[in-house]
Amino acid sequence: MKAGTNLEKILESGRFAVTAEAGPPKGASAAVIQRKGELLRHCCDAVNVTDNQTAIVRMSSLAGCVLLKQLGVEPVMQMVCRDKNRIAIQSDVLGAVALGIGNILCLSGDHQKFGNHPTAKNVFDIDSIQLIQTLKNMRDEKKFLCGEDISGEVPLFIGAAANPYADPFEFRVVRLAKKVKAGVDFIQTQAVYDVAKFARWMEMVTERGLDKEVHILAGLIPIRSVGMARYMRDYVSGVSVPDEILTRMEQAKDAKEEGARIILEIIEQVKEIPGVHGVHIMAVGWEDVIPQVVEQAGLLPRPVL
Amino acid sequence: MKTITEQKPFDEIKAALGEAEKVYLVGCGTCATMCHTGGKSELLGMKDKVETIGKKVTGWMVIPTACDELTRDALIESAEDIEAADCILVMACAFGVQTVTLYLNKPVYPALNTLFIGREESPGCFTEVCMQCGSCVLAKTAGICPLVRCAKSLLNGPCGGSVDGKCEISPDTSCAWQLIYDRLAAQGQLDKLEEIEPIKDWSTSQSGGPRKVTL
Ligand code: SF4
Ligand code: SF4
Repeated sequence: MKAGTNLEKILESGRFAVTAEAGPPKGASAAVIQRKGELLRHCCDAVNVTDNQTAIVRMSSLAGCVLLKQLGVEPVMQMVCRDKNRIAIQSDVLGAVALGIGNILCLSGDHQKFGNHPTAKNVFDIDSIQLIQTLKNMRDEKKFLCGEDISGEVPLFIGAAANPYADPFEFRVVRLAKKVKAGVDFIQTQAVYDVAKFARWMEMVTERGLDKEVHILAGLIPIRSVGMARYMRDYVSGVSVPDEILTRMEQAKDAKEEGARIILEIIEQVKEIPGVHGVHIMAVGWEDVIPQVVEQAGLLPRPVL
Repeated sequence: MKTITEQKPFDEIKAALGEAEKVYLVGCGTCATMCHTGGKSELLGMKDKVETIGKKVTGWMVIPTACDELTRDALIESAEDIEAADCILVMACAFGVQTVTLYLNKPVYPALNTLFIGREESPGCFTEVCMQCGSCVLAKTAGICPLVRCAKSLLNGPCGGSVDGKCEISPDTSCAWQLIYDRLAAQGQLDKLEEIEPIKDWSTSQSGGPRKVTL
């Protein structure tokens, strides 16, 4: 075991993992995170806390993770390269581990141009692949990037993202291979709607044998309205929403019901794709749907290891 | 090397000029002329504007290359008009402003924002080429700078926001890493992208403090 987190145990034991996402509030209310934690605790193995996602300032990921931890919900701390240099990053990793956080997800981070502080100076001292390397180096070599020793252990289960829908398509597996080489333990993908394309990507992943070296969790974003489906298609870069899904949402009597049904179907399909070891549900404000979907997908109760 | 500039909002220039009553204008015949920010016509335009707010322009000149040492000679030649002014307003890049500052004992103010080192990609369209990081990686990136052309200065791109050759920040911005990918593919060098580019030493950049080279 690298960190001995619940997520690691589930994945290493070959079970199908379920993770979800809890975005922290634009305020200092612990209750927001606690509410999401309570809702999700029985239906997933770990909960990601986003790090100023879309460059909008929110409560820090580290604080959100600690709040979940206090409830007994296992957190995944997201960490982006946009806002911190290697000094702050390594310091935060030590702090997170000291506070009992074992899962860290390494991301480049959305550009601040679309956030609520577009005039900010970004950092990007290191990139997401180098962030994985940094964490692995801290854990396995017990060293800081400068080569100096870290006192004690830094047990970490290292995650990263992958987007099968970004371009160039052929490079997407190469990029995953680089993340594996850098030392990533698990991957949560961009939202899957076009299952056929995802399956093609997974085929390339398994051809390279990468599924043996990293646990891949298929990302899912439940759609709750036609407007959201259109928005996802038109404005969220790197997400592809097929026309068929849009049509279904448009024709549905009850959009929410249809959205839940679509996600359920996608779960059923990705579960059958070789190399997929779990799902990651990003409900962005519609967390209520998660328990129901996970139950209907036959993924309850979550194993206790 | 071309320094790309834009004119500051006139209110900002006005605020910098403050109480000064007499102003001398300096332009530059090289980059700022090419950018239409500090050539003869822009200088004359500025002269009008400065006069509109009730100030007197004691003279103006377009120095052939404001960042050059010859700027000193040019300033000496116009010493009389410069002497008569309370301050100098320079319509050149920041290098030109600092060169003029070096040779004059009067307040020198910039009329332009210095944006980047770039080239004219198509008429009137300038793009950035280099941020002078001090340890060039172009050998690995098909001659395309990822530090300035990738919105996140990624060294192991393209990131997940790259779609149809465009960067996630704007449909008008090419994804630098798609360009790099295409060029490497054409040259049969895609294997270069399999290697992890190590963490960068930024101490050679401005992050390392003011830089100086002594020959
Ligand atoms: S890698 Fe550095 S030196 Fe080379 S072009 Fe880019 S910024 Fe300039
Ligand atoms: S889309 Fe391309 S240029 Fe834009 S941040 Fe990502 S890798 Fe860089």
